[in-house]
Order: sequence, then structure tokens, then C-alpha cells
Amino acid sequence: MILTGRSDLPLDKDEHSRFLPWLIAFMVFLSILAVAGMLVLNATASRWDVGVRGNLTVQIVPTDDAAADEARLNEVLTVLATAPEVARYDALDETRLIRLLEPWVGPSTEKGDLPLPRLIDVELKQATNFTSGDLGARLSERVKGVAIDDHRVWLDRLVRMIETFEALALVVLLFITMATVGTVVFTTRTGLAIHREAIEVLHLIGAHDEYIARQFASRALGLGIRGGLLGLVLALPTLWMLAHLAASLDERLLPDIGFGPWHWALLLAMPVSVALIAMTTAKVTVLKNLARML
Amino acid sequence: MIPENDEPIVRFENIGLRYGLGREVLKDVSFALAPGSFHFLVGESGAGKSSLLKLIYLALRPTRGNISLFGHEIASTPRDDLSALRRQIGVVFQEFKLLNHLSAFDNVALPMRVARAKRKDVDRHVTELLAWVGLKDHMQARPPTLSGGQQQRVAIARAVISRPSLLLADEPTGNVDDQMGLRLIHLFEELNRLGTSVIIATHSKQLVERLGYSQLQLTDGRLAIIPGRAEAEAAVAASVETAAEAEDIQNQHPDSRRVAAGEEDLYDNASGVESYL
Repeated sequence: MILTGRSDLPLDKDEHSRFLPWLIAFMVFLSILAVAGMLVLNATASRWDVGVRGNLTVQIVPTDDAAADEARLNEVLTVLATAPEVARYDALDETRLIRLLEPWVGPSTEKGDLPLPRLIDVELKQATNFTSGDLGARLSERVKGVAIDDHRVWLDRLVRMIETFEALALVVLLFITMATVGTVVFTTRTGLAIHREAIEVLHLIGAHDEYIARQFASRALGLGIRGGLLGLVLALPTLWMLAHLAASLDERLLPDIGFGPWHWALLLAMPVSVALIAMTTAKVTVLKNLARML
Repeated sequence: MIPENDEPIVRFENIGLRYGLGREVLKDVSFALAPGSFHFLVGESGAGKSSLLKLIYLALRPTRGNISLFGHEIASTPRDDLSALRRQIGVVFQEFKLLNHLSAFDNVALPMRVARAKRKDVDRHVTELLAWVGLKDHMQARPPTLSGGQQQRVAIARAVISRPSLLLADEPTGNVDDQMGLRLIHLFEELNRLGTSVIIATHSKQLVERLGYSQLQLTDGRLAIIPGRAEAEAAVAASVETAAEAEDIQNQHPDSRRVAAGEEDLYDNASGVESYL
């Protein structure tokens, strides 16, 4: 019946179902934005995670004695050189430190009287059992005034925040699904009431419930596909616009996220999923209602 | 689905029916119809004829009593199996119940499509039957554009298209002229000759008397069965035969035994719808 398009019930003439494609288009539009948002957040978290995982900064708090500070630096570097978990370390020289401070103190070539800590960028080996705490303890034993800034701590907070947004997007998707199901149930029930007599005739000449339900399901699928495509057409330019807006932001904050084929497939699956949800909902609704007949 | 032996095709046992809290419209109705039988259902308006038919075509459940169709007790038959029973019953509804958005062709084709018949068979049988009921030129017409008589013929064609085991018709000749009425009755008789049990609800005493089949007579919800001409003659023949046998025994003359003649085939050439049937 879906293939032939022939229906025993005049469902295509129903005024009450005319709004359904527009509503489904809106649902698909929202669901595509929600899923795209989830994908971006997920990719951002992964990039941050990959970029920061295993990195830490060793900070040597400055004193008035520059020579002593230099000796402490060398001592720290010696510990790092012998530490088994350290893959790489790089002590930042004064020029690079001043460049890091530029956003706050303005362009300068000399540090003047400003006490600057010595920073060492450390990368730990992958898949080691050592933690930054172990290394910190060993350094503190040997050298005083050493602090370890483990990026993991603030990264974890960011990731938790992103996970909260992802959960919110999932809740939005759930609401979209519920709203679609509710609308299709309502529309189908109205259709059942309008075509009650024709359904009764089909029933009395021996049509199975499945035969009648298939006609409603086929109609809902058709409307769902129409609405889904409309939603997709509306969502794609919106995504493109958002991507351009995001690109104008500081790219260090929001890394460039390119969608892969799987991401696109997932986005394109949204209209199909919503159409299938509409079809299944219509079928179940009809079957439940017909089960009350003799 | 048709019972193999002589098990009744329809059996009512102490059936009572009331709508809501109203009075009983059917009271202690009991009867059994043999496969291949032909009955008229008669009675005044409001006597319960339509209710009785509705119980048989499974549009209603009785308030009390048991109904069996084709050997299946309805109360204990799973709902999913009722569709198969309904497909064995052809119904000509009094108000036709045609689907106005479908053409005459599609209306008649419905029972075959519901039974998943091949498209080729649907096209052939529906075309033949519609031509036979005089609607060859109205196959694509929608019911609202047809006259009452034409709609009735579409309804009859829909009821018989699947060669049902049981045909129920509520005033099937009420809107057609005498000639077409007789033609339709011949169609029912032809189906009956091929094994379909037929029940026709009618107010036409002329029709009942002319054809002389058994009558299910409803009076204020109570049923009485009036034997038809054939049954009455058979009863007379049986009594004559019994008397003759007694005489044979007495005279010791076997050749004098009389055997009732076989049933005459009245409609071999009358209907002209054999190709469909």
C-alpha cells in the first residue's frame, strides 16, 4: 500500500492533518540543531581533552635571590630529566614569559621589577600509572616553592559543563520525540473518528486491524517524510550560518570542528527517524483503538 | 472454514439482546441453519430483524446466550480470528454502507483486496460482476452520483464478490425494479445452489410466497421457524413414502417402492453469471 499509494480511506483529504508536515518540519529543525550542538560540544571536549591530557605546568615561585631561583630551576629540571613518567619538558625563557603576559601588561621587551615565576611545560608519557600528584610530591621534597598546575583539574570542570549541555540536548531530543508522538496520536485519533464508518465497513468485510492500521501508518510516513525534508532544508542553512558565526570567535577557545561523514549521516537520519516515529505511532494508535472493536 | 459435515453454519442458543438498559429486542432466540440453506427473515419493523443480522455478521455481541458460526463458538474465538470468519460472510446492508470516496469498482473490489486476492483476479471478477448487475458503464462512478437502485446493486456485488459461505441481505431488492429484483434474487439462488447459505430479510410477502423458502419469523423479538415449500413437500413425501413402504411390506412387492426425484436444476441457464461464479 505504501508503494502503490492506494488507500481505502480518504486520509489524503483530511484537513486536520495538513498542519502535520509543518509541525514535523519544526521538530526536525530543532532536533538537527540539538544533535549538531551535541556533536560540536563532544568534538570540542575531545579536542581539549587530547590537547591537554598528560600536560602540566611546573611553577617555581620567584624569590629575591635570582641565583637561588636559577639553582632551583636546575634542580627541578634534573628531577624531571630522571622522572620515568615525563616524556618531554620545556622550560619557558623570559621572552616567552613576557609574551604570555602581554594581554595583561601590554607589549614590553623587559620584565623590569615584575617578579616572574619560572614555568616548565611538562608532558607526561601516555598510559603511565603516575599522576601529577606523584611528581609534585617528589619535586616538593627536593625543591621548595614549587607548584604543579595540572590542567586536568580545570579541564574536568569544562568537560563536566559540556556533558551537562549534552544532557540538555538529549532532553530536548526527548521532548521533541514526545511532542511528535503526542501530535501524531492526536491526529490519528481524529482521523479514526472522522472515518469511523468507513473503518467499520472495512472491519465488517473482514479487514484485519493491521490492514487498516497500515493505511494510517502509510499516510503518517508520507507526511513525516515531507515534513522531515522541509525541516532539513530549513536546518542546513541555519547550521551553515552558526558555523560561520563560530568561526569568527576566538579559534583557540572554540577549535574548528569539521563534520565527518558519520556526523552528516546522523544529521540526515533525523528526518528519517522522525518520519519513522510518526509512522510507528500512527500504527500503534490505530491498533490500540481498533482492539476495542468487536 | 465451512464445516465439513452437516454442522450448522449458524447456531443461536438462547440468544438475548438488549441495547444498554433498554428492553430486550431479541428474546431466547434459538435456531440452527444447515449449510446451503436459504431462508427469509421476516417480521414487522422493529421486530429485531436487523439486530439478528448484526449478531450474525459479528457487528454486535449478544447480551446472553451462545452464537456459533461455521462451527466456531464466537464467545471463545480469539478476536484476531474473527476477521477470517467475517470474510466468509457477505452482507448487503440496508443502508448500503458504500464508501463514497471510492468508485463502484473499488467498492466491489474491497473484499477481494482485503483478502489479498491477485490484482488480475480482482480486475476480472469485479468487471464481470458489475457488468452482470448492469453497471458496466458506471464502474468508475462514485456512489453519490448513482441512483438508489444502482447503489444497491453495487452493495450486492460487494457482498457476493468473494463467494461467501453465508450471505446476509437486508431488504436487498427494496430499491430496484421488479425485473432487476428477480435477477438479483436469481443471483442469490445461484450462489445458494453452489453452496452459499442465504438469509434475506424482507418485508415483501410476494417475494417470500413466490419463492417459498423457509422463513425465520420474528415477532416482538421472538423467533419462529416456518418451513418452506420444499420442506413441507418433503414432509408430505416422507409420510407417503412411509405409507408406501408399509404397503410394500404388506404386499411383499419391492418394485412398488417409490423414490423421490432428485432436485431439479432450475437455473442452469438462467443467471448468465456462471463465468464469475
